[in-house]
Amino acid sequence: MEKFNEKNNEETYEDFTGVAEPTSRTVVVPGEVIASGGDFLAGEGARKEGDDVVASRYGLAEKIGRVVKIIPFSGAFIPRRNNVVIGRVNDIVHSGWIIDIDYAQNGFLPLMESPRFVNKHEMDQFLAIGDVVAAKVWSVSPKGIDLAMKGKGLGKLEGGFVFRVNSSRVPRIIGREGSMINLIKEKTGCNVTIGQNGWVWVKGADIDSELRARRAIEFIAEKVLVSGLTEKMEKWFGENK
Amino acid sequence: MTFKRPDGRKLDEMRPMVAKIGVVPNADGSAMFTFGKTVAIAAVYGPRLLHPQHMQDPKAAILRVNYDLLSFSVADRKKPGPSRRSQEISKVTEWALSPALDLKEFPNTVIDVQIYILQANASTRVAGINAASMALAQAGIPMKDLVCAVSVGKMDKDLVLDVNDEEEHFEDGEGATDMATARLANSDKWTLLQLDGKIQPELYPKALSMADKAFAKIYEVQKKALKDVMEEEK
Amino acid sequence: MSAMNLSNLTYNTLLKMFAAGKRFDGRKLLEQRDFTVEYDVSYKAEGSARVKLGKTEVIVGVKMDVGTPYPDSMDKGNLMVSGDLLPLASPRFESGPPKFNAIELPRLIDRMVRESHMIDLNKLVITEGEKVWTVMIDIYPINDDGALIDAASIAAIAALQQARIPELNKDGKVDHDKKGTKKLPLNEGILPISFTFYKLGDSLFIDPTREEEEAADGKIVLGISHYKGKEHMIHSAQKGMDAHLSTEDITEMMKTLPKLYDDTLKKLKKFLK
Repeated sequence: MEKFNEKNNEETYEDFTGVAEPTSRTVVVPGEVIASGGDFLAGEGARKEGDDVVASRYGLAEKIGRVVKIIPFSGAFIPRRNNVVIGRVNDIVHSGWIIDIDYAQNGFLPLMESPRFVNKHEMDQFLAIGDVVAAKVWSVSPKGIDLAMKGKGLGKLEGGFVFRVNSSRVPRIIGREGSMINLIKEKTGCNVTIGQNGWVWVKGADIDSELRARRAIEFIAEKVLVSGLTEKMEKWFGENK
Repeated sequence: MTFKRPDGRKLDEMRPMVAKIGVVPNADGSAMFTFGKTVAIAAVYGPRLLHPQHMQDPKAAILRVNYDLLSFSVADRKKPGPSRRSQEISKVTEWALSPALDLKEFPNTVIDVQIYILQANASTRVAGINAASMALAQAGIPMKDLVCAVSVGKMDKDLVLDVNDEEEHFEDGEGATDMATARLANSDKWTLLQLDGKIQPELYPKALSMADKAFAKIYEVQKKALKDVMEEEK
Repeated sequence: MSAMNLSNLTYNTLLKMFAAGKRFDGRKLLEQRDFTVEYDVSYKAEGSARVKLGKTEVIVGVKMDVGTPYPDSMDKGNLMVSGDLLPLASPRFESGPPKFNAIELPRLIDRMVRESHMIDLNKLVITEGEKVWTVMIDIYPINDDGALIDAASIAAIAALQQARIPELNKDGKVDHDKKGTKKLPLNEGILPISFTFYKLGDSLFIDPTREEEEAADGKIVLGISHYKGKEHMIHSAQKGMDAHLSTEDITEMMKTLPKLYDDTLKKLKKFLK
C-alpha cells in the first residue's frame, strides 16, 4: 500500500486546470488505491474507502494539500452553470432554439436571449438550423439545459469553422490564465473561442491561418503530458509556418 | 492421471494475453484484449442520448451491451446478425459490467458497449468483458473498479484455467465443464458466473479460487495497457 | 466522438477551401491518404485483411464452403458479399435493421469483384451441376473516418489474394482442422479497386474524412482495374446522394481515375501476397 507520491506535492493551487507535473506512477485506473492513511481527503474523481483514497476515474492523480483528486484523461462533458459552450442549432420551436451542445441532453436557447428583437415568425433569420452559437449554460436540471447568450464573446458565430477536441483537453488548450489560447491567437492572428464542451471556433484573415490554428489546437489536444507544453508550442509555431 | 492440455500448458496457466486501448478512434473509449488466439475488441459510446424516451431511466444511465462474433471469426461461418447466443451473452455481459459503474451520475442517458470477436478460440465472452472494462475506463466513465474475467474449465477431474476450443470439446471421463467467471478486480464481488458441464459442488469454490489467481494477472495486464499512454509520449 | 451534425459554418468553409484546392489535412482534392494492409486478422477465415486508410479501418474476411450452384450458372462457383456498418465504428451507426449505406457497401464491392472477373468462378466447380465452392466475403468497418467503400475494396482484394481453398474431408465437407494451401483461382492481372468521387459545390474530391464526407452534396462510386494488364476498365458505377453531376465532372473523373488507380495499385502491391 503506497503512500501518495510526495514529489507531486503542489501546495499552490494551479487554478482549476490542475496542470500537474505527471510521472507514469501517478496515472491511475478506477479502483486503484491512490493514497492511504487517514489524513487524506477524496476530491473530484476519487472516493474514500476506509483509510484509503481510491480512484473512481482514469486519469492523473493529483494532491493539493490533503485533497487527492483525479484529472481525467477523458470523459463526457458535464455542463455546469456558467460554462461557455459552442453548439449547433438543431431545431426551432416557438419559444426558442434547440441547441446540440454535444451532451446527452440538448440545450435550449430562449427567444428572449437574442441580442435584438426577433419576431416569432422570423426566428430562422436570426438563427437557422445548422447555425452555430457560443452560449453560456444558465441552468441544468433533469428537464433540460437552459442557455443564455448575453455577454462578451457570446452570440451567433459567423465565418470560420468549428471542430471538436476531447472536452477533457480544454483546460490545457486554454492554459494557465489563458496563456496557451493567447499564444495560439497571437501566432495565427485568429479569433478563437473554446467551449467547455470541447467544440472550438476558429476564424482568421485567411484559410491558411485558420488551418494552422486548427492544427496547433489538435496537436495540443493529442498530447498526454502537459509539462513543457508552452515551449513545445513555441517550437511548433516556429516549425509550422 | 492429470489432464494433459493439448497445447502443453500447465493446468493453471493462461494463454498469452495482449491488451491495447484506443483501437477505435471514433469511440469515447475502446480496447482490445486477447487470450491466445481469441481476440475481442470493445468500443464504448456514451453517456449519450437514449431514444426512444420511454426507455430512459430518470435515476441512472442505462448500460447497453452488444456482443457478437464477426462472421469469419469461427470455422463455420456465422451468418451476420445477432443470434440467440449473442443476445444472451450481451445480457450477461451487461450484468457483469454494470456493478462496476457509477450509472447514477448520468440519468436519462445510455452507455453503449459494443463488443466484437475478431478471432474465436473459446473464452470469447470473458475476453470481451476484459476489453470492455478497459474501454469503459478509457471513456472516462466513473467506475468503482475494473472488471476481470476468465474461463475456468474442468477436464474430466482436473480444473484448468483459460479454456480453448480443443478443450471445450473434450469428452473423456467427466468430459469438459466450462465456467465463465468475472469479478471486480479488487473486491469479492462476482458479477458473472456461468457453468456448463458436470462439477461436484465442493469443487466450485476451488474453481473460483483458480479464477481469483488469474484475475490478479489479468488486472496487471489491463492496468499496464491503460497506463502505457504515458510511455508512448516519452 | 460526436454525433453533432455538420454546421453551416463548416460547410461554407469547406466550400471555400475546396474551391481553393485546400483541405484540413493539407492534401490535394484528388489525393488519397496513405494506407496499410495487414493479413491474418482472423485465422479461422480462409483469408483476411485489415486496411487502415488514414484513421478509417476496415476488416474483410473470406470464408469458403461447399454449396450448390445457382440455377443460372451451373458451371460456376458462387460469390456472396455481405457486410454491416457495425455500431462500433461510428457514433452514427446504430444497431438494428441495416440502413441504406449498410446495404449499399457490400453490394458495391460485390459488383466490382464480380464484373471484373477477378475470381475465376469456373474453376470453383467440384462436381458440375451439383457441388461448387461458395466464396463468402464479409466486410466490417471498425472505424469510420470516411471513404469506407474505398478502404473496403482494398481490403477485399487483399483478402482474396491471400485466401486459400479449404481441404475437403472424405465426406466431401470442409475439414476445419486442416489449413488449405491452394490459392483461390484468380484471373491474372485483374485487381479492381473502388474510388468514390464526392462533390461539394463545384469541387470534386476523393477519400474524404468523415467531416468532409458529411459535407458532400453528391457522390459516385467507380470500380476500376487495369484489365489483364492491357488497359484500364471500369467495372462498376453507382451515383449516390442528391446533387447532380455534370458531363464535365464525369470527363474529369475519367481523366484522373486511371492514374489514381495506378498510384494506389503501386502502393498496394507492396502489401500483396
